Amino acid sequence: MTKKNVTRRGVLKSGAVAGTGLALPTIFTASSAAAFTNEPTGSSVTLGFNVPQTGPYADEGNDELLAQQLAVEHLNGEGDGGCLNTFSSKALQGNGILGKKVGFVTGDTQTKSDAARASAKSMIEKDGAIMINGGSSSGVAVAVQGLCQEAGVIFMAGLTHANDTTGKDKKANGFRHFFNAYMSGAALAPVLAAEMGKERRAYHLTADYNWGWTQEESIVASTEALGWETVNTVKTPLASTDFSSYIAPVLNSGADVLVLNHYGGNMVNSLTNAIQFGLLDKVANGKDFKIVVPLYSELMAAGAGENIKGVLGSMNWNWQLQDEGTKAFVKSFGEKYGKPPSNSAQTCYAQVLLYADACERAGTFNPCGVAEALEDFEFDGLGNGPTWYRGADHQCFKDVLVVRGNENPTNAYDTLEIVEITPRSQVEYDPEHPMFAGGELGKCNPGA
Amino acid sequence: MDAILLQILNGLDKGSAYALIALGLTLIFGTLGVVNFAHGALFMIGAFCAVTLQKLLNLSFVTLDETQKDFLGNPLKVETPFIEAWFGPEVGAMIIDWSVPLSILFAIPIMLLVGYVMERGLIKHFYKRPHADQILVTFGLAIVLQEIVKYFFGANPIQTPPPDVLSGSVDLGTMVGFDPNAIIYPIWRLVYFGFAVGIIGAVFSFLQFTTFGMVVRAGMADRETVGLLGINIDRRFTIMFGIAAGVAGLAGVMYGPLNPPNYHMGMDFLVLSFVVVVVGGMGSLPGAVLAGFLLGILESFASTTWATTTIPGINQIIIYLVAIIVLLTRPRGLMGRKGVMEE
Repeated sequence: MTKKNVTRRGVLKSGAVAGTGLALPTIFTASSAAAFTNEPTGSSVTLGFNVPQTGPYADEGNDELLAQQLAVEHLNGEGDGGCLNTFSSKALQGNGILGKKVGFVTGDTQTKSDAARASAKSMIEKDGAIMINGGSSSGVAVAVQGLCQEAGVIFMAGLTHANDTTGKDKKANGFRHFFNAYMSGAALAPVLAAEMGKERRAYHLTADYNWGWTQEESIVASTEALGWETVNTVKTPLASTDFSSYIAPVLNSGADVLVLNHYGGNMVNSLTNAIQFGLLDKVANGKDFKIVVPLYSELMAAGAGENIKGVLGSMNWNWQLQDEGTKAFVKSFGEKYGKPPSNSAQTCYAQVLLYADACERAGTFNPCGVAEALEDFEFDGLGNGPTWYRGADHQCFKDVLVVRGNENPTNAYDTLEIVEITPRSQVEYDPEHPMFAGGELGKCNPGA
Repeated sequence: MDAILLQILNGLDKGSAYALIALGLTLIFGTLGVVNFAHGALFMIGAFCAVTLQKLLNLSFVTLDETQKDFLGNPLKVETPFIEAWFGPEVGAMIIDWSVPLSILFAIPIMLLVGYVMERGLIKHFYKRPHADQILVTFGLAIVLQEIVKYFFGANPIQTPPPDVLSGSVDLGTMVGFDPNAIIYPIWRLVYFGFAVGIIGAVFSFLQFTTFGMVVRAGMADRETVGLLGINIDRRFTIMFGIAAGVAGLAGVMYGPLNPPNYHMGMDFLVLSFVVVVVGGMGSLPGAVLAGFLLGILESFASTTWATTTIPGINQIIIYLVAIIVLLTRPRGLMGRKGVMEE
């Protein structure tokens, strides 16, 4: 009978050797196959465009998709080159990204967070998308940004205006070119003071979800800093279609300004209802009654029709700007599609070019290299003048537009007129500002 | 007091839409026994009849204005509606201005046809199927219809403004002794309420005072016996489906100036209208109308600042809360009849 001495030390040694032996192939496999998620190995690279193709923002999503397709054309050296000719960075040569031809896949966010995450996940896992871009909602942006952080790909946000996207929900893999609610307040306030005076009483109707709350908070802070009084802040359900019961009490509330913190269909309907109740024809507190819509988009302005005449709001960008970047983009887009682009289209176009440029400058598709190239990047020539991608929170800073519903539009596209181009310095804020407090940028995740 | 009156008015015009849609739903359920989840889509199609006529009236020819430039720097394309060229600028502009009221004439034949085709082409095949099958097929139909509308008209809302003379608001308060600006109310909302009352009155009169209506009511009470008398009750019920579609469509036409039509508006009303029907009592036409106005008014009061600060979120749940209370105390609804949907 043979007796074997099994000791604790012996088991540990054997285990360590066996474990190392088993782990070695995995380590080699991981490093040799991919250093980061969806590392391109062939002659092409795939971008994922995640936009609302169905649902209430489908028209806006379609406009984003047109701009993204145009950006891909320009990156691949097709068309007139658009903003590649005006972009201050000259890293892009019209030969794809890092010599690889750019392709794309699309997903439908449906403007629902779960659907948007599912479509982004599918594009990353099945189609090999190395970057996700697009969207028309802050809820969607925050959800997809979180997914991209986990998956190890870069998220270049589309239209998202809530402070939280680059505030408490900011992520190291996520970048926002679009402006935010704080900037709307900072840009609008001086114009409101100049046009309406410093002794006004404001009544807020606010869409009852994340974006509405941050929008209301920003505008209340900005207007109260002017000396305005806030009479009431009323939250309206997101699913509301008729706002008459919320509008009716406004005239007898002692307010002389109605602020509609609504977007999309909510904005179109609440503004239409306010006009029906004749608010703009009334005098309150000895002053002409006014309406303010802090966030405008061209498509929503078209939906609101004549009701927006004279109503002030803010925008990220407008096709009527006269800088060289804007002119180049509007020409490319207009000649190809027969209409001027919306500001959601412009932000997506700019984001695709910025991502591609960062890859070129970093010399890699590795998300951590790309993120480093984007952080604190100063550029010009994509619209809105000199722009800074702040490294601390991945928020872009550039001039913000204050616009007004055009009293005498000459065609279907000039429904809004630019009242003021608010300089970048006026809308900048500290990364630790209370409205953006909480949350950590964290560390870049390359995935794989 | 003025605030209460204002919310009652708001409730009446909201309730008008609920009542009109619920009336059509109940007509279909009461005659054919079909739970029609595509009824909201009929409301939406009615609104898009107004959009379509507005677009037709605005069909234009293009001239180039060399003195103005478009966004690409090319000469501006100026569009002039044919109707203004044919009838002169003033008459043409007036016809376009009245496009929503004119859409009533445009919508009636279209909605009757849509209702007839829907019933003969699809729904008649589901008469003897379980209610769950009817709900599934009509809900699917509603999605198909709204996607078709979205394909042709886009997802963005489209304004269908009322005639100039009926836009704006009127100070009702001064007419009844209140201070100026106490009760300001939009003229078109008053028109909508009056229109709803007229349509509801017409439907009830039709059922009450015509031979056709009498046969239909008899068929609703006892279909088999009416059939045994040699009357083709199925044909009359098909016509009633068309009339119900017409009621929903006209409600949609006139609703457009209140809130711009979009492809999704039918779905927005559908669930609420079913709650209205259930609260009113399945199969009860007066119940549907009563519940429509009642829930409209309650929803309006629940949206006041006082209500939402006292019970946060009450504005979002009030209709369902009332439905629960009514069904707990009166399981057949406010005016429901024994035996309806109880087999």
